[in-house]
Order: sequence, then C-alpha cells, then structure tokens
Amino acid sequence: MYKYDQYDHAMVRARVEDFRDQTRRRLAGQMTDDQFKPLRLKNGLYLQLHAYMLRVAIPYGTLNSTQMRKLAHIARTYDRGYGHFTTRQNLQYHWIKLEDAPDILGELAEVEMHAIQTSGESIRNISADHYAGAAADEIMDPRPWAETIRQMTTFMPEFSYLPRKFKIAVIAAEADRAALRWHDFALRIVRNEAGEVGFQVFAGGGMGRTPFIAYEIREFLPTGQILSYLQAVLRVWNRHARRDNIHKQRMKILVHELGQEEFSRQVEEEHQHFLALGEDFPQAEYDRIAAYFAPPAFETGLPDEIDRSDPDFAVWLDQQLAPHKAPGYAIVNISLKPIQGIGGDITADQMDVVADLAERYSFDELRVAHTQNLVLPHVRKADLYAVWETLRDAGLADANLDLVTDIIACPGLDYCTLANARSIPVAQKIADRFADPQRQRDLGELKIKISGCINACGHHHAGHIGVLGVDRKGTESYQLLLGGSGDEETSQAKITGPGFDEDGIVDAIERAVERYREVREPGERFLDTYRRVGMEGFKEAIYG
Amino acid sequence: MKILTGNDLKNGRVVWWDGQGWSIHVEDAADVGDQADAILAREDAACRVNGGYAIEAEPDPAGRGVRPAHIKDRIRAYGPTVRPDLTLKPADPNAGTWVI
Repeated sequence: MYKYDQYDHAMVRARVEDFRDQTRRRLAGQMTDDQFKPLRLKNGLYLQLHAYMLRVAIPYGTLNSTQMRKLAHIARTYDRGYGHFTTRQNLQYHWIKLEDAPDILGELAEVEMHAIQTSGESIRNISADHYAGAAADEIMDPRPWAETIRQMTTFMPEFSYLPRKFKIAVIAAEADRAALRWHDFALRIVRNEAGEVGFQVFAGGGMGRTPFIAYEIREFLPTGQILSYLQAVLRVWNRHARRDNIHKQRMKILVHELGQEEFSRQVEEEHQHFLALGEDFPQAEYDRIAAYFAPPAFETGLPDEIDRSDPDFAVWLDQQLAPHKAPGYAIVNISLKPIQGIGGDITADQMDVVADLAERYSFDELRVAHTQNLVLPHVRKADLYAVWETLRDAGLADANLDLVTDIIACPGLDYCTLANARSIPVAQKIADRFADPQRQRDLGELKIKISGCINACGHHHAGHIGVLGVDRKGTESYQLLLGGSGDEETSQAKITGPGFDEDGIVDAIERAVERYREVREPGERFLDTYRRVGMEGFKEAIYG
Repeated sequence: MKILTGNDLKNGRVVWWDGQGWSIHVEDAADVGDQADAILAREDAACRVNGGYAIEAEPDPAGRGVRPAHIKDRIRAYGPTVRPDLTLKPADPNAGTWVI
C-alpha cells in the first residue's frame, strides 16, 4: 500500500497544526461558528446529534494493522470504545470533543491517516473495489490509479472549491463491487482490442434526493490522459453548475439536463484544450505510486483443499470467501452485521483482533467494503480455520455475506442531524425476522439498504429492497422500494406505494420476500425475479 | 412551552438552558417564553454553546420534567435508542419508550 514520503508527512502535519490553531481560536472566541464551521468540515469534523463526529478517510478502503490499531486506540481514548464503518469506506467516531480533535488528527497523522476531503465541496474519499489487488477477476489492481488521482487532486485549487461534493470510484473487473455507476465520476479499467489498458469512463451518477445512474461518456480513455480528462469534466461542470440552488448543484443534475451526448461533446472539446497544455502527469509518477502496490510475495505450491469437517466452519466458508488470484489463497469477508448488532459498528477490541489477523495472516492488509464489512484480502487457505476460530471468539464470524441480514444502514436519526427517521432499529428488526440461517441461505442473495433520509447514505436507491425513512408530521414513516442494484447491471429501485410504520415495514418486506419464494424460478435471485415479474406482482403481495 | 437546546462548544454534549446556564438533563429545561433569541445570542457570543436553537416542548405527562415535541430532540435528550448503555439513563427500562 502507499507509504507517505517526506512531503506527504510534512503536508499532513502542517494541516494538523493549522487545525489546532483554528480550534484554539474558536474556543477562545476569536472565531464565530460561521467562520469555523467550513474549517472543521474540511477536516472531517461534523456536529451531530449527541456530539461532534469525526469522519476518518480510508483511501480506497485500504488499511494496515498499525492503522487499525490506531483507530482502536482513538476509539478507546477519545470516543466510547467503538467506531462505525461507512458506505464510503470511511470510519466515523460519533462522540468526539472539539477540544480533542486536533490531538486525534495528530495521532492519525502518525500512521499516515487524516480526515481531509471527508466533507465539503471537494473530491471525497476515492472508493475502489474492496477486493482490489486480490480478486481473481480483475485485470490489474485499481488502487494505484485511485491513489494517483487522489494525489493529483488533493488541495488542487480547481478541485477544492467545487459546486458540490464529487465522488469517484475506480474498479478493474467486469464485476462491479463498488457501485460504480452511482458515482459522479467512475472509472473501469479495461483493455482495448490492441491489449492496451485504459479507462471506461462514466459520469453523472449519484443517489440522494435526485438519483441518477451514470452514463458512459468515454468508451476508452488512455490512462495517461486521466488528469486532463478529469479537468475537462470539472471545467464543464463548473461552467454550468447551478451554484444558486443547492438541490441542483451536483454534477449528476447537469449531466442529465444536458444529456449524455451533449455533456460528452463539451467534455471532449475541453479535453482537447487540456491535452494541448501537456499537463498530464508523467508515466514515471504513476510508476512511482504503483510500486507501492506491488503484490505481496505469495507462496507457491500451496494446497487448495480445505478441511471442512467442522460444520460451522464449513457454513462460514461457503458464505464469506471470494476467489483469490493466487492459488492456495482466499479473500475473507468479515461480517459486521451480527443479528441484533449495529451494521458497520466495531468495538476497539474487535479492531485489535482484526489488526492482529491482518498482520499474521493477510500480509498486513485490510480492506473496508462499502457494504460496511471488512476484508482480509490475502489469506492462505491452510490458515482459514485459525482465522475463523479467532473471528468466532471475537463475535465476528457471522456467515451472512450478501444475504438478507447483511443490511446496509446509515446511522439514521439515532445519530445524524440530517435524518428524518431511525435506520438502525429497522435493520435490527428485519435481521431478527430473518435470523434463521437456513432461511437466509434459502433466500440467497438479497441486498437490503436503508436510509434515514433522502440523502441516501444507506444507498436505498441501490437496494434489491430499499427502505427510506421519512418524517410524517413528526412521526417516523418508511417507504419501501424494490429493484435497485449497485452491481454491473445497475438499476434504480422504485417506490412500491404508501409507506409503513416501523413494524409495518418489516411485515411488508417479509410479504415481498415470501412472494419471491412463491414465484421464483430455479437459480433466480430476488432481483432476478423482480425484474422478470415486475412491480405489480409484488405490490399485490405487499398491499393485498 | 419553548425551551432552548444546543451542543456544548468544547465537548459537543447536548445541553438545555435551565434559566441560569446549560444542563445536560432535559428535565432541567426552562420555559424561555419570548427570550429565546436574546439568550442564544448572548450564549453564542460567550462561546458556551454551539448551534443553539429553540424548540417546542411540553411538561412530561409522566412527571419526568420536560418532553420535547419532536422525536429528534427527544433522541438528543436521551441518546441513541439503539445504544441504551450510552444514554444518560442506561438503567432506566422506560427511557426508550419516553423517546418514541
């Protein structure tokens, strides 16, 4: 993974000291809240319902054990013993004191971490396939490109005062595990017919109040032109952006108002201008960054056979593993979705356990998935039983990856100032209703995603089953959506009809799921059946 | 009745105006009548509270002090409903019901 050089260290330390001084001045009354707020937000510090919330950036979801132990230390020392992994592969602490925030950022800087660009009108933490560097189906590791773009754009003035936030994702496989087309700007690394590596480029995606799926705007972009192309995209957006209307500032609005063809035309025109300036980064700079992502020294000749004689272990194996590119290795998914737990939450002690496992069994690497789970990317199959035993003892061995209880849920009204309704209790009730492991496996892949407001941090637009919490005259109400997806066949979920109360939404989901069981054809997932049958076939079951 | 709430500037804790200063217990909240803007301006200038605002509330029919009208403020007063151990009343089995 990327290692800070002298310049990086100096830059992040200087940023911490800047914020220390800004905080001191605010506490001394030398700055108003209006003056201080944009400064703290640029350092990931929000004010939420119960305290300040610090959002720590985890670039493309990659961590090492030292960083994870530092996150555990911060949770114990400055928060209440836990953290919450988000759908942007970041980590949030919900009980932070302003007077501690500079020290926390200083501690993060010690392990090459920060909270820059986790808020504000900037390029947010760039996300990537959480199996990057390990997946059997990728054509290359996409993280060097994510890192290159991160370095090119961080603190660059043209990318620092954008009309609105801007989200980028990078993947390198046909399978989309990063919700690519729900991003403002998304790159899929591909090979053309000549065997050259380039980017398939998408633009204009996003969830929130006005959801749009990104269009493809370039079938093949040579990798060396990415900076000039990104500048061209942002130039077009900056030129037309509705800075006068917060609800129309996101780039997705512009892309869909101009249309795929016209937006692409204007970008291509601008791109020619930027290309002529010759400011794209040199190949040597990419090579420097890519060297940090060289694959670990995988052993050869390892067996692929796994002793499955422990039945509980066998169940976990069948659900939590993904194919690794190296023979004898597997990708291990760690569920953070225990029944009755809080999705994405992890205690400081559990963080330490996972850090130890990464250090001992996974070349010191960890990944955060946008699904609010963790990944050990490089585990020898011969070590899987030992890994599972440790996870089991730490309460981290649930076998529910991509099943009905592997629910994405935002913090909702239990923590968030923007929320209209609670998300977590609904997720817990749904998980409790479908807790029977046999029933979960019988239902197969079924992705439920819950947001507590229209900002859609819980990705409800992309849920096979989505739930949106709304405020109905001071009472929590929940809308049900069906048919969304964030994979390579991206689709936007549609609202079924009138909303439900907290218990009613659980019953409605169960009725939809039972309808699926009744009408599914062999091999069909819930989403496949929905796409074949359509909304009407489900509405009747849901509303009677 | 109208009461004032905000977050303590230094530590972010939810606080309620009790007539003299800021309390972490909503039960202490005082009816500010038409003085909300004046109190908030003074307290903001003194850097004691962040993001202060006035809300509607009513005396709690169960005799537990003051109950904010909106669920968001009741959750602020109590803590996250999904983590009773982190609330101000971790041992009170009825506290969650008060919120909802």
